[in-house]
Amino acid sequence: MAILPRSTSSTVPAGPAEAGTKPPGRFAALNWTTVTFVAFLLLVPAVATEYWLSAIILPVLVLSLAGIGLNLKTGYAGQVSVGAGGFMAVGAYGMFCFAIHGNVLNFPLAMLLGGMMAAVAGFLFGLPSSRIKGFYVMVTTLAAQFFIEWLFTKVAWFYNYGSVPTISLPPMTFFGLDINDDPVVRYYYTVFVVLGLTWVASNLIRSPVGRNWMAIRDMDTAAGVIGIDSKKSKILVFTVSGFFLGIAGALWAFIFLGTTSTLSFDITRSFQILFIIIIGGMSSIRGNYIGAAFIYLLPITIDYLVKTFLGGTLDPGFLSNVNKIIFGSLIIFFLIKEPDGIDKLIRSLASKRRTARGRS
Amino acid sequence: MTIFLETLIGGLLAGTMYSLVAIGFVLIFKASGIFNYAQGAMLLFAALLLVTLLGLGLPFIVAIPLTIVVIVIGAILIERVVLRPLANRSTMTLFMATLGLSYVIEGLAQGIMGAEVRALDLGVEDLPIFVGDILISQFDIYAAVVAITLAGTLAVLFNKTRIGISLRAVADDTGAAQSIGIDLNNIWRIVWAVAAIVGLVAGMAWGARQGVSFNLSLVVLKALPVLIIGGFTSIGGAIIAGVIVGASEALAETYIGIYIGGGIQSWFAYFVAIVFLFFRPTGLFGDAEIQRV
Repeated sequence: MAILPRSTSSTVPAGPAEAGTKPPGRFAALNWTTVTFVAFLLLVPAVATEYWLSAIILPVLVLSLAGIGLNLKTGYAGQVSVGAGGFMAVGAYGMFCFAIHGNVLNFPLAMLLGGMMAAVAGFLFGLPSSRIKGFYVMVTTLAAQFFIEWLFTKVAWFYNYGSVPTISLPPMTFFGLDINDDPVVRYYYTVFVVLGLTWVASNLIRSPVGRNWMAIRDMDTAAGVIGIDSKKSKILVFTVSGFFLGIAGALWAFIFLGTTSTLSFDITRSFQILFIIIIGGMSSIRGNYIGAAFIYLLPITIDYLVKTFLGGTLDPGFLSNVNKIIFGSLIIFFLIKEPDGIDKLIRSLASKRRTARGRS
Repeated sequence: MTIFLETLIGGLLAGTMYSLVAIGFVLIFKASGIFNYAQGAMLLFAALLLVTLLGLGLPFIVAIPLTIVVIVIGAILIERVVLRPLANRSTMTLFMATLGLSYVIEGLAQGIMGAEVRALDLGVEDLPIFVGDILISQFDIYAAVVAITLAGTLAVLFNKTRIGISLRAVADDTGAAQSIGIDLNNIWRIVWAVAAIVGLVAGMAWGARQGVSFNLSLVVLKALPVLIIGGFTSIGGAIIAGVIVGASEALAETYIGIYIGGGIQSWFAYFVAIVFLFFRPTGLFGDAEIQRV
């Protein structure tokens, strides 16, 4: 079942270069947008305040990574999931358990292990997906979401028998750098993890593995005819997506929030991640960054505008309802007008301008 | 044994509350192949509107028709603004559109009518009654009667009236139905309006039980396993599956839950649904259209 009918026309992964103008290579090609973006991320601590670093750019990066994880599964392999939050929780709680119960105090190592736990969870909940499709896959992801939330709230071992089911890490080590308190270290750590995994993802989708995923998304029967093992591919994408989401969850819990509980990873989070990829762009790596920035910044912007121009603070409850209406309308708008999201919108605007310039 | 029977009967009756929600889904899925995530939001909106109107001092006899008028207008708007531009898109696109729709409806409902929990008094006393040794909730019995009556009414509507027959034609073969002059948009408007009214009934039952608040829109998540078990296209299936889910949840909570920490209702139904998927992928009474690979 094609996730979006228009996506069938773009079986060639939409790389940084316009599809068609240049055959997609084995490795992701660097272009100017990417270089500028990376340079911006690396240089911004020199000018940005701590608020901008820790409360704006950092969460957007983490959400982008979660978007990439979900996009692999939903955008590239066509398996709709509403359980992203659950797998993020596994990453966070896995990391916490390795740190507390396993005494793994090296930050990157504990995070990696947490991510691997999320990959295992992805594998397990991906098993039924090898036999079913469509809405039925959604049921398994919902099962994952609710079961995981329940597990981490009810089984006290997962939050180290505290009086409340919240988790925060003990002091961690990071090769002599202060990852516990120094905002700049924490920022650069996030940037390297997120960009590194983005690089992995964009190469993965250009590999035979990624092409198999897209073949299954576009037409699973045809994919089977040409010899793609769709069961294995589906389970693999659940596993890989679980790993990405798990790392994002660990970063969200311990780099961005510090202290967390399953409330940070409930079904609302799962929908948020799904909205990121719908608004940003299905089957697009860059779209995840655009979508994450959009989703995260829109409420903040609205709040700021109201404060500046109406001179008062809006009741937070009312504000959240206004946000809901705007998000919902945008989702519908994008599905109707531009199912490939803002990324595609920008790209087609850019190419229009190019042709216009060419004519003049 | 008494405890077992009490749990079983309580669960069976509570399950009809799930059926009430699931019936709304089945209607829309049958006629248009859309899994309408916004059903929960519609239910919240209808219940909230009714409570607000009652709060203004209107009697039931005025408030209910007024609510129905508003939600029918809403259904017509949804068809015009959301569904028509998305005609012939993939089912997943339509599903995600209803996800967006649910946000809009929830935002509107709570933004306009407030987000606090409000009580809905239907004048039904929730006193438990004894049948032999077994304690049964009176309210649950009312809800069960309503659910079965609703299913019966809809069955007549589907099978005996002209609208119902054209509706089934659309469900069976959209192209063929259009070619003999059935107005697809009109059918969609009717189905969404009827689903909204079913939502109002479900919203009244749930609202009276647990208060009218945002939580109402989450009952949608309970309906999904019910649909899997009953089949996406069968109203009778929705009733029976709702009852199965209700009973198995109640029994699991009583007999398994106590050993593993309780609160397992949040996910148990999904596991029942997954087990069902392996043995009966089209549900108990569903059409075999959606196949597994």
